Amino acid sequence: MRKTIALSYLTVVLLGPLAMLFWRIWQEGAGKAWSAISEPDTLHAFKLTIEIAAIAVPLNTIFGIVVGLAIVRTRFPGKGLVNAFVDLPLALSPVVVGLSLFLLYGRTGWIHIGQILFALPAMVLATVFVSVPYVAREVIPTLREIGDEQEQAAHTLGASGWQTFWRITLPSIRWAVIYGVVVTTARCLGEYGAVAVVSGSISGRTETATLRVQDYYENLDQAGAYGVSLMLGLIAIVVLVLMTLLKPKEGTA
Amino acid sequence: MDLRPVELGFVTTFLTVVVALPIAALVWASRADGWSGFWYWIRQPEPLSALKLTLVMAALVALTNAVFGTLIAWVLVRDSFVGQRLVNAVIDLPFALPTIVAGLLVLALYGPKSPVHVHAAFTRAAIYLVLLFVTLPFVVRTVQPVLHELDTQMEEAARSLGARELVVFTRIVLPSILPGILSGVAMAFARAVGEIGSIVIISGNRPFRTELASVWILNQTQSGNGTGAAALATLLLAISFVVLLGVGGFRRLATRHERA
Amino acid sequence: MSICVRNVTKRFGSFLALDDVSVDVETGSLTALLGPSGSGKSTLLRIIAGLESPDAGEIILAGENATARSPQSRGVGFVFQHYAAFKHMTVRDNIAFALKVRKRPRPEIRTRVDELIELVQLKGFGHRYPAQLSGGQRQRMALARALAAEPTVLLLDEPFGALDARVRAELRAWLRRLHEETHTTTVFVTHDQQEAMEVADSVVVMNEGRVEQVAPPRVLYDEPKNQFVMSFVGQANRFGDGWVRPHDLQVTLEPNGLTREVLIERLVHVGPEVRAELVRDDGVRLDLQIARDEADRLELAAGQIVYVRPTRERVF
Repeated sequence: MRKTIALSYLTVVLLGPLAMLFWRIWQEGAGKAWSAISEPDTLHAFKLTIEIAAIAVPLNTIFGIVVGLAIVRTRFPGKGLVNAFVDLPLALSPVVVGLSLFLLYGRTGWIHIGQILFALPAMVLATVFVSVPYVAREVIPTLREIGDEQEQAAHTLGASGWQTFWRITLPSIRWAVIYGVVVTTARCLGEYGAVAVVSGSISGRTETATLRVQDYYENLDQAGAYGVSLMLGLIAIVVLVLMTLLKPKEGTA
Repeated sequence: MDLRPVELGFVTTFLTVVVALPIAALVWASRADGWSGFWYWIRQPEPLSALKLTLVMAALVALTNAVFGTLIAWVLVRDSFVGQRLVNAVIDLPFALPTIVAGLLVLALYGPKSPVHVHAAFTRAAIYLVLLFVTLPFVVRTVQPVLHELDTQMEEAARSLGARELVVFTRIVLPSILPGILSGVAMAFARAVGEIGSIVIISGNRPFRTELASVWILNQTQSGNGTGAAALATLLLAISFVVLLGVGGFRRLATRHERA
Repeated sequence: MSICVRNVTKRFGSFLALDDVSVDVETGSLTALLGPSGSGKSTLLRIIAGLESPDAGEIILAGENATARSPQSRGVGFVFQHYAAFKHMTVRDNIAFALKVRKRPRPEIRTRVDELIELVQLKGFGHRYPAQLSGGQRQRMALARALAAEPTVLLLDEPFGALDARVRAELRAWLRRLHEETHTTTVFVTHDQQEAMEVADSVVVMNEGRVEQVAPPRVLYDEPKNQFVMSFVGQANRFGDGWVRPHDLQVTLEPNGLTREVLIERLVHVGPEVRAELVRDDGVRLDLQIARDEADRLELAAGQIVYVRPTRERVF
């Protein structure tokens, strides 16, 4: 009985839309979708999306590991505040993120260093902001669970701080980090609201793939919109497969 | 172990530049016309209506997913059926899929060319559906691990003492998983309040009918009303902070009985 | 007859946990289900409680067929090895649970809980949470909780297994006294033969899903039905075709026609008795148990050659 209710709900809310993705792929066929994607503006959009992710993901990975180690293994004042700031992007609207960057670097803002808004720097900052939590939130519980006995053992055997980090700590959290990287990448690829505010959505210059979808949609170009979103959808499925394979095994009978 | 200056410096600088400074700029801008300016914008009919709709929708969605999310978590942990592992994997789809694509898919399924003859595009129902989609994983994923670790012998003990199934659930299981549910609900609420990508596609943004706070802020920003946008955005920021405090509190609640 | 188990069979996948088991438990008795891991004793207990259902066979409680009845309606109290305490409820609320579920009036619940707290010696701990109790206290609480609804049968699944040795011994004696006061039909599962022998009126010895023997402890020890029972309940030496208890070996310094020659390899004094490891002339090892005075009289020491003969032996 409850299985039926649960699965019915899932079908209406989740599986139905997912099925639409496959149905559309099957219906439209690869040809039409491909021609939409190979427009120069769209190709540029994908390139831009990848560029931004290529900067944001490594940055947040390094940050996530460092802040994770700091929070779990060390004492310092203001730990609660750091924790709050790291978690904030999870609860905050991307539009609010975009607006805050817009106000900081805009005409009446506090920082004026070259061209930030409506250009790559602002888009990178927006994407980094929204994807801050993910690696940290995987690393922190893993570090807590593992404990620091292995590191202590390494120290007694003569390893320096750096050696211990490379040879002991990092390998012990590697799957958590990899999972965090996958989730962070997905977040970066899918980001819309914050980047929409700070980029100005200038076709061929400051449009990411998601902004491109919006552009097509507003211009009533259904084929274009679906073409790009199918591509994004396929990437999402790859991400989902990776997430499933890399996740810690629990939660099912 | 105390923090080394290098690490502390890096963490502080990174968080300041990336998170703290922009937030500060936002709060500052919302005060640009003083407190009266702030409240002026909040009380304007259009943003006020958008805010109300946002909060009501978010609450409805959070509650719906509280019930169904718990049910789904239960079915995934305690039952077994064909395709279970696949279903469990698919739960994470809303985390992996760009929200703008989610909007298009829900539009395709429940909009003008709907294969199931549902025509809910640009209505509040559409908003409800798409928000259910993006917030689905939260409660499921916070409840699953708690259910997994639950000692089924407590339930057996309750049965052997004469409690019927419903009582076993409400007196024994629910109190144990409640903090998990509440965490998930809080996160789902915050997510629903802030959602933009899918809303832009599916809601039609009709003022007073289907315009949400996030969309109003976006429009105001793009048409130059930075102060107004900042006012409402700061309010949303405050809501986010309250939610985070709540989640932290629920986490402590979850472990209160273990701290003797 | 309080409990009748009739031809119960239970499989878990391809593993046969119970193989056509039939047992009777007398009303008011204190019975032990004794056996090694995997013998099926816990499974049998859980089937009696209704927490598992048998693939074949029947459970008859107080004359009525209870096989299809849910655990809620069987009127059995169950105590788990790891307490299964309701972590989010106080001690009083745990104990009161069965009564609350039956919607008894509040004053009645309060009185009964007070009685039970007194009975299990947890006075003053009523408002604590299980996490704040020791293992022994938690188990006493679990017992009080099971007794609250005045069950006709009390079932305990390795109730003292998670506790340390001293607490275990205390609780064993305590359970015995409790039973003498309440006279509730009680069945408990254990793999510890000493525990079974000390506490129970009647012991059901189980092995690999079958009942080997049902008897009072004394009978079990002196008249085991087969080799398994003999060597599980107490120590046993193989002596020719028969089996001999270590304390049924008579030791002499000179051979006579019936004795065998042995070398004392090792000798230890354990309280009032002496235990020795012997090696017979043909290499077979034997265990010996002898009173300290007797050992002193014979001046037994390691490395000595002596002669033994069984005073009592069993052949199967």
